[in-house]
Amino acid sequence: MLGPNGAGKTTSISLMLGLRQPTAGQARLFGLPPSDRRARSRCGVMLQESGTTSVLTVREIVDVFRAYYPAPLLAERAIAMAGLTEKADARIGTLSGGQRQRLYFALAICGDPEILFLDEPTVGMDVEARRAFVASIQTLADAGKTIVFTSHYLREAEELARRIVVIDRGTVIADASPRELKAQVPGKKITLTGSRPLTRADFDGLDASVLRLDRDRASLLSNEPAAVLRELFRRGLDLVDLEVTGADLEEAFLALTRRPDTAP
Amino acid sequence: MSAPGATAPLGRMLLAQTASELRIRWRIPAFSVTIVALPVLFFTFFGLPYVRQTLPNGTSLGAYLLASFAAYSVGSVMVFGFGIGVSTERGLKVDVLMRATPLPPAIAILAKVFNALAYALLSLVVLIAYGVLVGGVRESPLVWLDMIARLLAGSLPFIALGFSIGYRCGPNVAPAAANLVYLPLSFASGLFVPLPQLPAFVRRIAPYLPTYHYGQLAWSSVGAAAEPLLTSLAWLLGYTVLFLAIALRAYRSEESRKFG
Repeated sequence: MLGPNGAGKTTSISLMLGLRQPTAGQARLFGLPPSDRRARSRCGVMLQESGTTSVLTVREIVDVFRAYYPAPLLAERAIAMAGLTEKADARIGTLSGGQRQRLYFALAICGDPEILFLDEPTVGMDVEARRAFVASIQTLADAGKTIVFTSHYLREAEELARRIVVIDRGTVIADASPRELKAQVPGKKITLTGSRPLTRADFDGLDASVLRLDRDRASLLSNEPAAVLRELFRRGLDLVDLEVTGADLEEAFLALTRRPDTAP
Repeated sequence: MSAPGATAPLGRMLLAQTASELRIRWRIPAFSVTIVALPVLFFTFFGLPYVRQTLPNGTSLGAYLLASFAAYSVGSVMVFGFGIGVSTERGLKVDVLMRATPLPPAIAILAKVFNALAYALLSLVVLIAYGVLVGGVRESPLVWLDMIARLLAGSLPFIALGFSIGYRCGPNVAPAAANLVYLPLSFASGLFVPLPQLPAFVRRIAPYLPTYHYGQLAWSSVGAAAEPLLTSLAWLLGYTVLFLAIALRAYRSEESRKFG
């Protein structure tokens, strides 16, 4: 589930987990209300805004969480999959931010769930932790587990997901495979400086979306930069500076999620 | 992976949860040491000098004062343990993650209650042993067992009071709130200094306080209760209902704010 900050990713996850009640409609997990203990026994959760005691060790808290599930993984296995074996006997209070994130992952998987909900799982992880995490996610997916995770990095979603749902302000704006989604997203960024102040009208009817417009400078996103430039020159636009680069995926994604009514 | 519909046995959850609560509390000396040391310290200052005296009805003043501090100690474990414990957990957002697990909230609360009862028992055993061995207070062991059983069984209103503080106050405010509520209650009920030595207006207020009636449970064990047991129990039950209502209200308003 992909979307910019404030898109409603955490709210959606909370609804799916029964942590929040929908104002309309209903959420069902395995055909049960998500708050049903039988449903919760089959899912693992990693939340952004949550904490845990600091005085237990990693192994101790994993063992407590294992007791909540009918057929948990061995503690050693859950800790190893989270890449925390070396820290198994360390108190939680001594863990770094990234290690803490791995601990939450260990707690999410220790019940051997069929479905995992991970809200922004890689936030705060260093490169090493992220690599271990990605490997574990792939192992779990290969074992047939369903993994729902949120991210605001298109790259991360592309790398890990088979299906990407893009949401913005609580609305689904795209639901596709990474490949399909990529085709919908413009691939090139055109940055140009005109000899006079530019207006939105200068770019009307072009096969491009305006990313930024600031007096004489503009940046556009397009999959057809050559055609766009040809049309601009045909209209007689005098350019002082021009640059065409591969679109930054974040920016491309931003253009996709931006509704017309908020465009600058 | 488990069969669809399978859940972990509640007994196993309760055991693991209680053990971890005990461990967590044990590793926070600010709690475990305070809860055991303070009543002993108070008894040393307010009780030891008078252990050889007897009350007009023949009860040993030492036993009477030990009973007072026993009541104080159990109440404080409950009010401080739950008050500060619950607010700290809320501050750390432990509750958010726990809510998403299959652990039923009732089991989590029951584990906290068992944990608090265990620490209350520890505190009582240390205090009574100190009173007997160091203070030379002489009563039959059955009297102490009876007192321990009464105090633990009657601690419900203070558990509820602790919960209402824990759900109403943030982690920075809860310790002060617990002190501000519990210490005056204890003083004004004659748990530190016997009631006859307190100002007249305090003596008039005392019979309306939960700590006063809780004290009666302990004093009745040593034959010095000022009212029938049923009266004490009725008052304690009333306060339990009142505090539970406050706790439940605070809990609900938090629920709707956080998870609504």
